Amino acid sequence: MMKDCYINGIGCVSAQETTVDNDIENYQFLTERITHAHRPNYREFIKPTMIRRMSTGVKMGVVAASLALKEANLETPDAIISGTGLGCSIDSDKFLKKIVDNNEEFLTPTAFIQSTHNTVGAQVALGLGCNAYNVTYVHNALSFESAMIDAQLLLNEGESNVLFGGVDELGAYTTSLFDLIGHIKKEEVIENGILDSKTKGAIFSEGSQFFVLGDERSDSSYAKLVDVAVHNVLPKNEIEEKLVQFLSTNNLTIGDIDAVVLGTNGDVEFDGVYADLQESVFENTQQIYYKHLSGEYNTASAFGFWTACKILKTQSVPTNLKLNTVKSSSIRNVLLYNQYRSENHSFTLLSSC
Amino acid sequence: MENLKLELKAKIIENLNLEDVEVGDIANDDALFGDGLGLDSIDALELIVMLDKDYGIKLSDPKQGKSIFESIDSLAAYITENKAK
Repeated sequence: MMKDCYINGIGCVSAQETTVDNDIENYQFLTERITHAHRPNYREFIKPTMIRRMSTGVKMGVVAASLALKEANLETPDAIISGTGLGCSIDSDKFLKKIVDNNEEFLTPTAFIQSTHNTVGAQVALGLGCNAYNVTYVHNALSFESAMIDAQLLLNEGESNVLFGGVDELGAYTTSLFDLIGHIKKEEVIENGILDSKTKGAIFSEGSQFFVLGDERSDSSYAKLVDVAVHNVLPKNEIEEKLVQFLSTNNLTIGDIDAVVLGTNGDVEFDGVYADLQESVFENTQQIYYKHLSGEYNTASAFGFWTACKILKTQSVPTNLKLNTVKSSSIRNVLLYNQYRSENHSFTLLSSC
Repeated sequence: MENLKLELKAKIIENLNLEDVEVGDIANDDALFGDGLGLDSIDALELIVMLDKDYGIKLSDPKQGKSIFESIDSLAAYITENKAK
């Protein structure tokens, strides 16, 4: 039996103005095939001496972590756990380009130091002066969920407050490779949003979301993290069965789910996985999506998790997140389901607290 | 020599990502490390690579670094004396 784990603070940097505008209702769906994150005023969060060596991902991570800690009224967490699909790809691009351009000579330290996947977790720790457990999980679209599982396990081992989150940035060269292999939509403008899109690929973006998971409920609590399950490979015809099994492990059935948050990203090749569930088991469940606001990146599910936390706290679903007209009188249990290109499936269960 | 000093200031600002610093903000005799421009040991490594790559100067004795990187004046003087490229 897992201990109760509460989300006591949340922080988000994304393509939306999430650091200055708290109301999801005001966010507009993304219309470009690649959208960079809305830049907060980094200087409000990071010392000028540290900021000059930080790439976008590091800065986004530090800001999201600061916001989450502030909300939870916590100075130093017992652990810092990060998830990232591609790590600091901007500095990785830069360092690898220098190797090629300079014929493996004249390599400078800054880009190398900043290019490792655990740079974000390290810089958060450096900023806080925190020497506690610090781990980064790198597992494509399960990176954030892997960090979340570790955070939950640590709380069960006796830690009180764990900072965990996800981050991914858009590196120009890496993004161009995803473009080349058709993972990004080809049309320049997605005028009516991803639901109307009938083409392959997703709209790409970047962002960072961090959360404080605590063993005690507080005034700032958003929700209770109940359970997380991940499947690297899951055949289409087994998804429903695994989902029902996951709920059953937590003594719930589909009928107990008040809202389901889906990772629908507008890719005509893979959104059928969600559509099948929408039309069958979730036909009578309130359905929510978010990647039209966040864009796709390996840890975009953390943006979905962030929206679910806000929905559970406010007990209302913003109209721009709704996929259907089903409405729940109260929102107690929220299920998140995400997959990317039919791989790396995750089920996350949150409940009100 | 004055052109070299301007060139060095521009390269330092660009290579070390010194935000909000302009060429005109760095005096020729300002200390580059410590209380002056506030550079640190990682910056020193960047400067050593810059000397090698852009001016063909290999710094064989690290102890020399302290006096060479003291200011733009000292750096420009050292490059002028030892420039290979």
